[in-house]
Amino acid sequence: MGSYIPATGEERQAMLQAIGLASTDQLFDVVPASVRVKALDLPEGLSELEVSQEMAGMASKNRVFQHVFRGAGAYRHYIPSIVKTVTNKEEFLTAYTPYQAEISQGVLQSIFEYQTQICELTGMDVSNASVYDGAVAAAEAVFMCQERKRSGVIVSGAADPQTLAVIQTYCESREVPVTVLPVDGCATDPAALKAVLAQDTAAVYVQSPNYYGVLEDMEALVAAAHEAGAKVIMGANPISLGLLKTPGEYGVDIAVGEGQPLGMPLSFGGPYLGFMACKQAMMRKLPGRIVGETTDAEGRRCFVLTLQAREQHIRREKASSNICSNEALCAMTASVYLAAMGPRGLRQVAESCAAHAHYLAGELAKLGFALRSGEKPFFHEFLTSSPVEPEKLRAVLEAQGILGGLPVEGGVLWCCTELNTKADMDKLIAVIGEVLGR
Amino acid sequence: MKLLFERSRSGRGSTLLPACDVPAVDFDQSLLRTAPPRLPEISEIDLGRHYTELAKQTHGVNDGFYPLGSCTMKYNPRVNEEAAALPGFTQVHPLQPQETVQGALEVLHRAETLLCEITGMDAMSFQPAAGAHGEYTGLLLIRKYHQSKGDTARTKIIVPDSAHGTNPASATMAGFKVVSVPSNEAGGVDLDALRKAVGPDTAGLMLTNPNTVGLFDTNILEITQIVHDAGGLCYYDGANLNAVMGHVRPGDMGFDCVHLNLHKTFSTPHGGGGPGSGPVGCKAMLEPFLPAPRVKAVDGMYSFDTPQRTMGQVRGFYGNFLVVVKALAYLITLGKEGIPEASAGAVLNANYLMKKLMGHYDMAYHTLCMHEFVMTLQGLARDSGVTAMDVAKRLLDFGIHPPTMYFPLIVHEALMVEPTETESPETLDQAAQAFLDILAEAKADPESLHHAPHHCPIGRPDEVTAARDPILRYGFAE
Repeated sequence: MGSYIPATGEERQAMLQAIGLASTDQLFDVVPASVRVKALDLPEGLSELEVSQEMAGMASKNRVFQHVFRGAGAYRHYIPSIVKTVTNKEEFLTAYTPYQAEISQGVLQSIFEYQTQICELTGMDVSNASVYDGAVAAAEAVFMCQERKRSGVIVSGAADPQTLAVIQTYCESREVPVTVLPVDGCATDPAALKAVLAQDTAAVYVQSPNYYGVLEDMEALVAAAHEAGAKVIMGANPISLGLLKTPGEYGVDIAVGEGQPLGMPLSFGGPYLGFMACKQAMMRKLPGRIVGETTDAEGRRCFVLTLQAREQHIRREKASSNICSNEALCAMTASVYLAAMGPRGLRQVAESCAAHAHYLAGELAKLGFALRSGEKPFFHEFLTSSPVEPEKLRAVLEAQGILGGLPVEGGVLWCCTELNTKADMDKLIAVIGEVLGR
Repeated sequence: MKLLFERSRSGRGSTLLPACDVPAVDFDQSLLRTAPPRLPEISEIDLGRHYTELAKQTHGVNDGFYPLGSCTMKYNPRVNEEAAALPGFTQVHPLQPQETVQGALEVLHRAETLLCEITGMDAMSFQPAAGAHGEYTGLLLIRKYHQSKGDTARTKIIVPDSAHGTNPASATMAGFKVVSVPSNEAGGVDLDALRKAVGPDTAGLMLTNPNTVGLFDTNILEITQIVHDAGGLCYYDGANLNAVMGHVRPGDMGFDCVHLNLHKTFSTPHGGGGPGSGPVGCKAMLEPFLPAPRVKAVDGMYSFDTPQRTMGQVRGFYGNFLVVVKALAYLITLGKEGIPEASAGAVLNANYLMKKLMGHYDMAYHTLCMHEFVMTLQGLARDSGVTAMDVAKRLLDFGIHPPTMYFPLIVHEALMVEPTETESPETLDQAAQAFLDILAEAKADPESLHHAPHHCPIGRPDEVTAARDPILRYGFAE
């Protein structure tokens, strides 16, 4: 069996003796005899070589597609080599939450840099140090907006269905009413929002680009919500913000989103990164860790976890959230990614994603895959009809190493990133053309 | 140390992407941001050096002893990291057809089977991304269960006053009122107080065992019985499972659901504060309410399944999958004998270190401990003015991460020490010597200890100013 205990049998015996015991069993004499475990029903332990083979065996049972045209909340992007080099450093990997600032300046400074980058990206004033993922970020944001006479949240039906599901779970337990807006042509209708906004509406959640890739009419939506006295939470794709108008420019109150596209691999859904940023006025309502700048006794600049009066270890049942561990290493990943890309690189990624998606949409349209969003602007995802049974298409594409668009209600949801080159898209089109007999 | 933004020079950067091979999209100007984000422009070598410098100012488990109580800072095996970096795990999309991700589903299913055996539970969900997230999910199970019985009067969760802050915070988030029960003089649950606290409004009890003072509550069977008799359910906070895994199971102690911290007990790294993983296990009667989706196995094929009366989702997709991969590698490494051996090692190391310090430092409780022990420096503070904080900060100079300070709240001037099983006897001996050296300093020159640490990159930061006038991002003063 494998073990990570350095002490040898003799050493352990000597240690037992030092504490006045004869056997390790005696260490557990406090456990009632009736519930002491005799033997666990587990397999025997393994050597490292066997473990390594066993894990590789399971990994090999997963299909890694050469070409991925699927997004829907998880996006395959190019990850610069330096990103992994940095985040594999054992100091970062094996450290705890940086409570001890004197020996944690590395982690603290990296979070401060991350917070700054998220503010720059979103156009907001204040960012926290991360939450679990984009869906949880949206749900936590809803609770930042709770006021004495305003509780309800209105959620765009064109938001990611998983985000919607998590918001619903979080709201149900705290009895916050959730209203889901109907979707009209892959987008949220500002008139529909106006119709349901009420005096007790605390917040409106809109995602743009939305689940169908469409850029929402944010100006109209924000104006309607603010006119009714409600806060606006905007979900955004961080890559798109290299190019597109920011939540800050739209005047929203809180910006949230899934940070996975910023240097994190697909990883079957996690670890991912929830980012959250808000206006100055809501700073003390932000959940989770926040790093701030200060000085030590000698006046040296340094960084600490701050505004802890919001947090569970101080406030207990009155805390703004229960969050303790977050996704620190993922935040660092995003930070390194953004630093490696720089403003021009990030814009290039965004432009490339959009260009590829628009090219593919055009080619697919020629094959009869009609764009469901009509003339509305979209970023790097789009919904089409399907002239062929998606299941039939799937098998043929998979045989060619292609993971096609995601079959959803209303058609197929496609996604392109900078990794889907023209040659790959032309191949996809050719394969589909063959299926259609063209 | 310079910030990324202070290293930035206009026009610098790396060539990471080729020119786009299709026409650019002509977005309407009104859709575009008016100014680019002020991201740093840095050459790759400077970027590399920046992070190498940051790494030098970071103390991880691989840098030295890390006896941070209740955090279980054990060694993070490399083979786990290698497994989680396999392209077969990192390059799979969460929405791939199920036939193409059989290996990933197998990981989740095997981890569930092994962890259910260790905890005495019947089913488990890996969707919660951290311990507190697991607590929240577990409490929603309890809520859903009572609701399904039409029992809407059960609105209260009982939490001992020694509990971690996430317990009451999670209970509030799950829509419950928190009832705090006092601890007895042995640090355990006060049975009379518990009997008085339970009633028809009791939804459940949250408990760690061993508790936050590092002691196993010997009344545990009576405690869970009292709660069950009142119609409540028992929730096991797995934060301290590293003390007892393989020796006693929460399910056998009368707990109905449990969360685990894979990033504590099951050796996955903490990453400077995450990503963790906080799977929630439960008994069969709670299984229908678990988050969706779950993995089931039929005739050797794995597939996703939605529990009948699911609470919905608490996070996107299936949780922090790669963390589960690492934990599974650890589980199959240790196996049947290694699991109880690890916890026995943790308890042995804690008692060995406690014994070395006993008679020099005051222990909060005078009995064998489990995987951690709590010292009270009240006497030292009274006699010399040297506080738990001073001792903790001085330890930094010895290359030792301090124990948890001022927790649990029921012990004054507390230092909570958890060595874990992966430390050698000589590391413990050295740490004990450092503690004793500091004690001698406290007697000889208490004033100097107020200014510790003396050999770290920075001295004690001014936290008051940081909170009063928050600076939470770089100012770009141009």
